[in-house]
Amino acid sequence: MAAVIPDQSHDHPHGPSGLMRWITTTNHKDIGTMYLIFSFIMFLAGGVMALAIRAELFQPGLQVVAPEFFNQLTSLHGLVMVFGAIMPAFVGFANWQIPLMIGASDMAFARMNNWSFWLLPPAAILLIGSFFVPGGATGAGWTLYPPLSIQMGMGMDMAIFAIHIMGVSSIMGAINIVVTILNMRAPGMTMMKLPLFCWTWLITAYLLIAVMPVLAGAVTMLLTDRHFGTSFFNAAGGGDPVLYQHVFWFFGHPEVYILILPAFGIISQIIPTFARKPLFGYASMVYATASIAVLSFIVWAHHMFTTGMPVTGQLFFMYATMLIAVPTGVKVFNWVATMWRGSMSFESPMLWATGFIFVFTMGGFTGLICAIAPIDIQIHDTYYVVAHFHYVMVAGSLFALFGGAYYWLPKWTGRMPDERIGKLHFWCSMVSFNITFFPLHFLGLAGMPRRVPDYALQFADFNAIATVGAFGFGLSQLIFLWVIVKAARGEGQPAAARAWENADGLEWTVPSPAPHHTFEEAPVVR
Amino acid sequence: MSSCARWAVLAIALAAAQASSAQSRYNFQQPVSEVAGQIYDLHTLMLLICLVIFVVVFGVMFWAVFHHRKSRGAVAAKFHENTVVEIVWTIIPFLILVGMAYPATRTILNMKDTSEAELTIKVTGFQWRWGYDYLQGEGEGIRIVSNMSTPREQIEGKADKGEHYLLEVDNPLVVPVGRKVRLLTTANDVIHAWWVPAFGVKQDAIPGFIRDTWFRAEQEGVFRGVCAELCGRDHAFMPIEVHVLSASEYSAWAEKQLAARAELAAEAAREWTPGELAERGSKVYATNCAACHQPDGKGIQPVFPALDGSAVVLGEHEPLVDTVLKGRAGTAMAAFGGQLSDLEIAAVTTYLRNAWGNNVGDHVAPAEVAAGRAR
Amino acid sequence: MNPSLDKYFVPEPSKYPIFGSIALLLFGAGAVMWLNEVGPGPIVFFLGIAVLIYMLFGWFGQVVRESEGGKYGKRVDASFRWSMGWFIFSEVMFFAAFFGALFYIRVLSVPWLASGDNEALLWQGFTGNWPTAGPTAAETFTPMGAWGIPALNTLILLTSGATLTWAHHGLIKGRRDQLRNGLLMTILLGLTFLGFQIYEYFHAYADLNLRLTTGIYGSTFFMLTGFHGLHVTIGAIMLTVMFFRVQAGHFRPDHHFAFEATAWYWHFVDVVWLILFVVVYWL
Ligand code: HEA
Ligand code: HEA
Ligand code: HEC
Ligand code: CUA
Ligand SMILES: [Cu+2]
Repeated sequence: MAAVIPDQSHDHPHGPSGLMRWITTTNHKDIGTMYLIFSFIMFLAGGVMALAIRAELFQPGLQVVAPEFFNQLTSLHGLVMVFGAIMPAFVGFANWQIPLMIGASDMAFARMNNWSFWLLPPAAILLIGSFFVPGGATGAGWTLYPPLSIQMGMGMDMAIFAIHIMGVSSIMGAINIVVTILNMRAPGMTMMKLPLFCWTWLITAYLLIAVMPVLAGAVTMLLTDRHFGTSFFNAAGGGDPVLYQHVFWFFGHPEVYILILPAFGIISQIIPTFARKPLFGYASMVYATASIAVLSFIVWAHHMFTTGMPVTGQLFFMYATMLIAVPTGVKVFNWVATMWRGSMSFESPMLWATGFIFVFTMGGFTGLICAIAPIDIQIHDTYYVVAHFHYVMVAGSLFALFGGAYYWLPKWTGRMPDERIGKLHFWCSMVSFNITFFPLHFLGLAGMPRRVPDYALQFADFNAIATVGAFGFGLSQLIFLWVIVKAARGEGQPAAARAWENADGLEWTVPSPAPHHTFEEAPVVR
Repeated sequence: MSSCARWAVLAIALAAAQASSAQSRYNFQQPVSEVAGQIYDLHTLMLLICLVIFVVVFGVMFWAVFHHRKSRGAVAAKFHENTVVEIVWTIIPFLILVGMAYPATRTILNMKDTSEAELTIKVTGFQWRWGYDYLQGEGEGIRIVSNMSTPREQIEGKADKGEHYLLEVDNPLVVPVGRKVRLLTTANDVIHAWWVPAFGVKQDAIPGFIRDTWFRAEQEGVFRGVCAELCGRDHAFMPIEVHVLSASEYSAWAEKQLAARAELAAEAAREWTPGELAERGSKVYATNCAACHQPDGKGIQPVFPALDGSAVVLGEHEPLVDTVLKGRAGTAMAAFGGQLSDLEIAAVTTYLRNAWGNNVGDHVAPAEVAAGRAR
Repeated sequence: MNPSLDKYFVPEPSKYPIFGSIALLLFGAGAVMWLNEVGPGPIVFFLGIAVLIYMLFGWFGQVVRESEGGKYGKRVDASFRWSMGWFIFSEVMFFAAFFGALFYIRVLSVPWLASGDNEALLWQGFTGNWPTAGPTAAETFTPMGAWGIPALNTLILLTSGATLTWAHHGLIKGRRDQLRNGLLMTILLGLTFLGFQIYEYFHAYADLNLRLTTGIYGSTFFMLTGFHGLHVTIGAIMLTVMFFRVQAGHFRPDHHFAFEATAWYWHFVDVVWLILFVVVYWL
């Protein structure tokens, strides 16, 4: 994506050039680009770990990796994908799009914005580097439950510090986004005219500010339990291992909405454009998003139904969790109603958006099934849960990211994405995704636990299918790389300012590619 | 109906067909307890409701996708809100949810009712085996340590995998049919989870805490489960096997166990020669220690230290016995005092001092271990 | 404040962020090495801190120069206000994690440990009376009483809040002496608080047999008061910087958000202490 740099001579970035330009930049577009590239690299890294996991699970028995290394792969796959790939990718989108969409000249704190990004590589170094230290990376799962995480070697400490650093980055990034949206809108851009992508990000940013510090607290307690003799998670000293789970999931459940709300925002931009019809129920979309965010704080213990909570706790958390289906349903219905009696065309962004609604909703339904506490007793910590969260995070967050990338690629590079390859990417991904993850539901129901390098014989067939699918899905992502590289190198059809026929919003009023500086004079929105 | 929905229906039909066999590949295992049955039905109900909503919602969407296309000359309408519709599709899902919550609540209340148990068994998770103590009811006093019995060669692909690959143990849990069994779960080192799908029971075993759950097996037979909480290296290798026996078979079994226990206690009290100790110790080592310290005593660097040549092993008795008895806090080296008898610890330490390259030539007496416990 | 500035200030490219990143990498890597006793841990760790201090000085120095140079308009000022508010909210949530832990331990898990099957099968005789160092605690300890130093410290912090507000009034009304004196008093009160806190820790270790390792009581006590103390230290450093800026003639009655931000932070630390005093020392 290097060619995103607009090199029209009248609009060159000032300040240092070469590598130093990228290290010192305060430009939201540069920083957005760096976020996107970083997150794609992390996606490949996490994907390679996933492929190693799938390779080991191709057939019963131990073939490819040793059990302890398998656990490290699983743990780091989860951490890298969540914190390294999906979250930074959305922040990259926010950086590029929010100032453009609200008519601001840049982010509110441009220097701090740079720091938010440049904190990520150190965190990645600590996280990925932990594979290479004595004892290897942490093998306690991405959830890092004690006492297992207390037993781990120094890789665990590296993960803890990586999480601290990523937390600092996320909090600063979130504050920046909140302030930008609240304070930098162009005249006339009232809150209820705010594009939905900005709305969902605003609410996501609040979630981040509220829960990242809680995660920091949780891993700090782990650190002191490991090295300084505290007893937070040790019953012999009066603590409780389950305390960690409460603190972690108080962060963890809002976190999964951090991973999906911006995706909802992207979809809400794409659908009206290609349905050539305004978004149905704008206001209810906003309220639904806010309700999801509020509810997300009172459902955390649905990850802990098997810990043996008192019955009142189980009931409360079950009911609260089920409620989330209502606002999420509102969103799904609104999207469908937007498509209804539209005049639709299916360029790549719209394909991804339609695919998203379809497959994400399947993940939502399996989530609801997990929320039914008695059923969850059977499927907790099985592949059913793995299927659920890949449906919402891969077919949800990741598909939305792809859709958004195709949608705004013209604005970033000045070139339309290659439709032929884009469609190929979509169909290959859609098919291989389902081949990979649909069978996992059956595995989970039939009793295959998660986080195991080996399994009983009756699970062999579906695992083999899933592994084949996973390699197909991985290969499909190389097609995406091809689309991006093509556009970034300036190949393909040049894009107009309004790259898509019915695209609406301030970002489509500036040239494609967007010049280095935009909206230095604020536009007026009527 | 869209093609995907058709596939889903097909899958459900297949699942239903499969459900009659005990080992379904598409659905829950055949339930053999009341709770498991309720869960099974609850899941079927949920699945159907979701499927119906799914078909309706995506029926509408795909109808629009195919008919409201620009290429088909569709002209976009202008509407963008409708308060009535929006309220309706908020309330209807809510009502559906209430309908789902009702049976779920009843099942939870049933699952949580551990009163009036006829048999109480404490289940302890160890890295990586299960221990069972019969605390109350017929068979009180029985103690079982249950290790996976699938040979390493099968796992490593050096031998053909057996029918119950990874789901078989040396000493299964044995319970009588039709009686309410209350389980108290706890753990010795990290969190494990005791899970037998056919009974609808999954309960975390948390170190330092006791949690309880219950089941009543309605059918004789062998039922299998696994540890369902990541517990380290051999998490995949700590299965659960439960034998459900008829009342009379169970009584016979319990009697035999108790007699064997008495015999064992008598045996522990007698004098043991160093040779006998070491021989017994090698068995203890193979089942309890070899997973980490490896059969050749070389360990796995740097996580699990080598015992071959270890200064602790070759040094004084007291620290060595203490290490095994009480473990090392904050490391994977757990306290074995809870799962091994004095005799077994004496045996394994004696073995260590004389195995591989180690040859101290002395032995550790069970009395020293008893003294260690008192310290 | 310069109302004629309607263009939002976007800073030039800056080298400070990357120093900050390097600092945190060194800090984290150094801490990991130190804790696990491999490589030159402490050296790397302190190198990280040194780089961080350099970065903070440089960065904030630049911000101060830009501010005093009249580059920030009304909107930048508003941005600072929003951001400081949300930053403090994130700090509130950090403390909430620890307060939540204390609540869970005291209200739920310790009573569980001391009752029913937990007591009968695992921890016979454990009564679960708070304060406790857990069921296996071998030695006894004396918990920290509320009405000695902690009560005094409460008074000190409350007073410091008042003196700071007094200083702020001085700033608004253009009375520089009042501003200076108020600030100085606040800093001194803050330092006194810290001094007492350090004394209290020594006392706990030396006389009360109360340590970080004293089970769950020691863990929650030292972690909560320790993180609070750390925040008081940071606040005191911020106040000191403000003091020197006042000496250098910075701030005007209508343009002094740095001062206000520091005051917000100080009040936040104050409120945390009040909660701490009630739930950690008193109840
Ligand atoms: C993007 C991330 C994301 C999203 C959006 C969700 C969404 C939901 N999740 Fe998921 N979840 C995860 C990521 C996510 N989850 C992850 C990562 C884990 C595992 C973590 C780990 O253990 O490692 C997990 C685990 C998890 C569990 C714990 C399972 C277990 O470990 O035992 C549960 C249980 O309640 C759950 C529930 C839900 C629910 C109810 C929703 C709801 O928000 C879904 C709502 C959507 C719909 C319901 C569909 C659309 C609605 C309609 C069409 C309306 C009509 C519908 C009805 C009336 C039924 N999730
Ligand atoms: C948003 C986050 C995210 C994403 C995108 C993914 C993506 C994938 N995950 Fe994910 N996964 C998690 C989050 C995510 N996962 C989490 C949180 C866990 C839980 C961890 C835990 O239990 O602690 C988990 C656990 C998990 C498991 C369970 C492991 C276990 O329990 O032991 C499995 C197993 O199949 C799996 C598979 C995959 C696969 C095949 C992909 C694929 O989509 C990946 C596709 C990408 C690529 C393959 C890389 C790109 C291509 C190349 C580099 C080119 C080379 C390719 C070829 C030669 C083929 N994941
Ligand atoms: C779950 C893995 C695991 C199992 C099972 C295990 N150990 Fe260990 N053992 C360890 C670890 C890890 C250490 C290192 C502890 C440390 O760092 O202090 C250790 C240390 C030891 C030591 C001290 C060695 C030294 O040189 O410091 C002895 C002796 C020992 N174990 C004996 C045993 C015996 C006997 C058994 C079986 C009854 C056993 N272990 C089972 C993990 C295990
Ligand atoms: Cu024991 Cu997993
Ligand atoms: Cu959740």
